[in-house]
Amino acid sequence: MTGVESRPARASFREATARRRLAAVLDPGSFREILPPSERVTSPHLAALDQPVAFDDGAIVGEGLLGGQKVFAAAQEGAFLGGAVGEVHGAKLAGLLSRAERERPAGVLLLLDSGGVRLQEANAGLLAVSEVMRAVLSARSSGVPVVALIGGGWGCFGGMGIVARCCDAVAMSEEGRLGITGPEVLETTKGVEELDASDRALVWRTYGGKHRYLLGEADRLVEDDVAAFRAAALDLLGRRREVGLGALDAAHRRLAARLFELGACADATEVWARAGVPEPARLPVLEVGEFLRAVASARRGEP
Amino acid sequence: MTASEILASLFPAGHSVREEGGLLAGTGGAPGAEVAVLGTALGLEVGVESALALAAGVLDVIRLHPGRPILALLDSRGQRMSRRDEVLGLNGYLAHLAEAVEVARRAGHRVIALVYGEASSGSALALGFMADEVHAVPGARLSVMNLPAMARVTKIPLERLEEASRASPVLAPGLEPYVRLGGVESVWRPPLAEALAAALARPAGPDRRAARGEERGGRLLARPVADRVRGGPAR
Amino acid sequence: METLSFEFPCPGPDAPRAAPALVGVVASGNLEVLVEPTAPPGRCRVVVSTSARGFGEIWEAVVRDFARRHAVSGLSISVNDAGATPAVVSLRLDQAVEEYLGRP
Repeated sequence: MTGVESRPARASFREATARRRLAAVLDPGSFREILPPSERVTSPHLAALDQPVAFDDGAIVGEGLLGGQKVFAAAQEGAFLGGAVGEVHGAKLAGLLSRAERERPAGVLLLLDSGGVRLQEANAGLLAVSEVMRAVLSARSSGVPVVALIGGGWGCFGGMGIVARCCDAVAMSEEGRLGITGPEVLETTKGVEELDASDRALVWRTYGGKHRYLLGEADRLVEDDVAAFRAAALDLLGRRREVGLGALDAAHRRLAARLFELGACADATEVWARAGVPEPARLPVLEVGEFLRAVASARRGEP
Repeated sequence: MTASEILASLFPAGHSVREEGGLLAGTGGAPGAEVAVLGTALGLEVGVESALALAAGVLDVIRLHPGRPILALLDSRGQRMSRRDEVLGLNGYLAHLAEAVEVARRAGHRVIALVYGEASSGSALALGFMADEVHAVPGARLSVMNLPAMARVTKIPLERLEEASRASPVLAPGLEPYVRLGGVESVWRPPLAEALAAALARPAGPDRRAARGEERGGRLLARPVADRVRGGPAR
Repeated sequence: METLSFEFPCPGPDAPRAAPALVGVVASGNLEVLVEPTAPPGRCRVVVSTSARGFGEIWEAVVRDFARRHAVSGLSISVNDAGATPAVVSLRLDQAVEEYLGRP
């Protein structure tokens, strides 16, 4: 057929390894890893629990180009211990953000895929996450944008769910999930009546990209496609959020309004209805483009 | 020590701090040298409303009391775990609180955290660990999760975790492990007013916890690895 | 954890010197393999760190078979294994060498 452009085949962000995601989001061939696997900077705590180490401790950090601009980037490998943060993993992320304060790249991209604190390193992992939070806020305060990309299979939970929202902006795919107490932990601690972690529709409307975008917890919703995440990263790099009282006051008003309007809702579908979305029950089945059109006027959050 | 005992020891000249719904708010100290006090009590699990209230407290200090130090008192079991809190985006509310503390510090407010009960997970991250310095009183307990729950989630036998926790400070909840790891700067014993005055007199600085963890032997890699990635020591 | 080391002479010329290559992830039933041009000339070294104890003879057989299929002289192969089957191990070793040879 003439006059029809063929779309390039979609490359799933979710199914890619952390390394593959970095290679695909950044300009081709531009990524230079810092402390690569051959340096063997591995966890000192895992052997005591008979857990094999990973040469990169599940965190890949380095520099590259995005649209020709110098950026720093980090990606968590969810397949290694659920992407959870241990002493070395966290130190690599914190060190990269601190390096960004010195070298002033156009921004830092954080490809987050993590259950939070690595329980096998518990206390050290909690402090590591805290140091990453401080490092994100410090880099942002110095004028370097930090953007979170969330679309992996392990979601972004626990302390990393707080780190994500300490960033200037968050891009999520529908497949991505973001929260603090993840579905399995919530079910295990509070019971299946509180949340049935095997109810996929419930899990995705509670934590998933579409709901987070509607709520204003995510700034962009994209297809599960490395090219779409790349485009979102490029776009969001230009969007710094001030670290100061003015921005805090505005955020505070939005968060207070959210509680006021939506705080009585028991479920995300109720949230969507109350937010004024037409046909809320249909939202989960809409393609990204249709979804964005459907929620355009009801969406909360910054444009 | 209870919140009342802590406050009496911190502010022998008096204070106006009240507890309501597990949240602490008020001021302590002599006129002209007031300290803003906020925080948690009774093991509060911090949900969206509490996180917002704590953030409001920090924002009020920044807006109304330039230069006033902030003391965060902590007795919280962590974040509230509920479907509703997740639907409403609790992680975002906690990040907002963390960012408020960051802005306070950068605006020149000295922020000291004192753990007198429990400090765990989400609320520790959003409030306590955002302070310039974290101290604790004897009996305080910091944690990620109790060992039996960790055993269930990781599928590592509890006995294995208990054995490993005797050899390493990274696993078991407590106070001493966090001191060794650099997460808690020091343990304060009564009279607390002296320790508070000394802390407030020290200038704020960068995040020294990884260096502390290395000095004390609890975390030998955090500081050197961050330095290597950074490309040199932190200024 | 168990650590196994193998070193053996290899026929043929040394593999070209290239940047280290890594394939795989350390997830249950999987492994990661790092290939580096750091073994002595004419020899191949394989070091395996595994959480599955007692499979030394199987690892030896898999490694020897792998060394027969590829020109691995001068290469060090390092493995972090979380209980992969011999078939998956062989696959990853093959992938790792191919990845290594594909690089400038």
